[in-house]
Amino acid sequence: MWTSFDTWIVIVGMLCAVACALPGCFLVLRKMSMMGDAISHAVLPGLAIAFLVTGTRASVPMFLGAALAGLLTALFTQWIMRFGNVDRGAAMGIVFTTLFAIGLLLIRRAADHVDLDPGCVLYGAIELTPLDTVALGRFDIPRAALVNGGVLLANLIVLTLFYKEFKLSSFDPDLADTLGYSSQFLHYLLMTLVAVTTVAAFESVGSIIVIAMLVVPPATALLLTHRLLPMLLIASGAAILAAVAGHLGALVVPGWFGFESTTSSGMIALASGLIFLLAWLFSPDQGIVMRRFRAAPVPIDPLSNTNTDTA
Amino acid sequence: MHTESLSGQGVFPARNTEPRPEHPPEVPLAIHDLTVAYQRKPVLWDIELNIPEGKLVGIVGPNGAGKSTLLKACLDLVPRTSGWAHIYGVPYRKARHRVAYVPQRESVDWDFPVNALDVVAMGSYRRLGWFRRVNAAETKRAMEALDQVGIAHLAHRQISQLSGGQQQRVFLARALMQDADLYLMDEPFAAVDAATEQAIVDLLRRLSGEGKTCLVVHHDLATVTSYFDWIVLINMRVVAAGPTAETFTRDNLQKTYGGKLSLLEKAAEALRSTPR
Repeated sequence: MWTSFDTWIVIVGMLCAVACALPGCFLVLRKMSMMGDAISHAVLPGLAIAFLVTGTRASVPMFLGAALAGLLTALFTQWIMRFGNVDRGAAMGIVFTTLFAIGLLLIRRAADHVDLDPGCVLYGAIELTPLDTVALGRFDIPRAALVNGGVLLANLIVLTLFYKEFKLSSFDPDLADTLGYSSQFLHYLLMTLVAVTTVAAFESVGSIIVIAMLVVPPATALLLTHRLLPMLLIASGAAILAAVAGHLGALVVPGWFGFESTTSSGMIALASGLIFLLAWLFSPDQGIVMRRFRAAPVPIDPLSNTNTDTA
Repeated sequence: MHTESLSGQGVFPARNTEPRPEHPPEVPLAIHDLTVAYQRKPVLWDIELNIPEGKLVGIVGPNGAGKSTLLKACLDLVPRTSGWAHIYGVPYRKARHRVAYVPQRESVDWDFPVNALDVVAMGSYRRLGWFRRVNAAETKRAMEALDQVGIAHLAHRQISQLSGGQQQRVFLARALMQDADLYLMDEPFAAVDAATEQAIVDLLRRLSGEGKTCLVVHHDLATVTSYFDWIVLINMRVVAAGPTAETFTRDNLQKTYGGKLSLLEKAAEALRSTPR
């Protein structure tokens, strides 16, 4: 049975998925896909400290604490890479496990009696989002729709304004610096977007969607296009498709096996994975199925240096 | 003005406390007392260099000699431990519009979702400034730059589908877009086909004919004398610098490429003889 509840769940899912997929494209291109994963775990101490300092679970201090912890993750990762002489993946691993552990300890020690449930943080409760509404004029809008919609709008504005700069600094950060566009500034601007998006999204829908949407739709788009702007658009499309198909799947698929409906968050993430699989199989020029059917080989081997184009 | 001199702060002993030597403002690149260290290990030591205008200059030295670092230090891409590099008499940040940099081809991800024209258009970004998009005029210039390196027909091809030589030409076209007076190029001849090598040489000669100065990191000793007017032999320090005919000698090459052991000894000796 499709209700207005389901409509809102899909809308929240779509807003959140696109909000994540857009900055996610640049994360994937910068080979730091797991930054979203790292940030979404590392915000836990931020939540705990914000609670300890303010004594409430009010949204604003929680949000600020989490966003700050997210930015610190990016900062610490950069430091450990530079001074610890390790690669980015290892640096992220060190930072987010440590911060996550601190967060767990803080919650256990100081806030055990409060409902700050790490499990809830991971899996989220997208099904409950339509219950928490805000009156906007004559309409009751779910708070999660407003939050994720706001974040999506902010991401759209920043990525539109700095499109050229993000493209340049993601492709060639040294050139960006020599041309006077600080690659460091742009890096932390992107990290701010990711931190804010991650925190806003997982507060309402859980981090599994966030982690999936930051990486999977952009990776899917990369299989389907060789240009940046189409990549952003296709990633958004794949994210929307995953949200719709995921929620439908959560309602319908378990029924085939005689179960009640399952969690939409997990199903949306799973749907994005299936969409990636389809793109991997059937992408017109990179898909493994299509490649088998194609007669002519790829015209130029990029590794070959025997270049005859001297015209 | 020049606050870069940190040599008194510990890592390296202070040297060269005498006043800066005067240099004429038209020198494209003047480097004084430049020392660069990664993780406290010196890569460049006490570099003193004046590059004359309008010359085709090769930077030659063994692997790990600090050739790329020298370019990066001039462009503020790596921190200097001491000393300074001036471009036409001013620090780099005031001379961005007069310099174009061609990094090593391997320094970027060629699977990035852009085509050749997109990459070349990046050479116009400094002119455009923050927020402004690449316009029709700059796109036209980018096409012309691609034409100058002979690959205008590949403008709309994704960069991973270009050969190594074609990728190098894309980088050169991007530098041409910057319309600079001083070109710093890091190994443009590395792993390119013969036709591209010739095209790059022709381009360098044309730039130098227009009075531009090109500083090119080069690794192929066999071609040094035919390509460059002027060379800098470098191995952590400047071994020799000057017109190719006088500088590219067996003796200087021996000093540049000599065994690692003798090099370490010289460095140790230099440290000992340093006045504290």
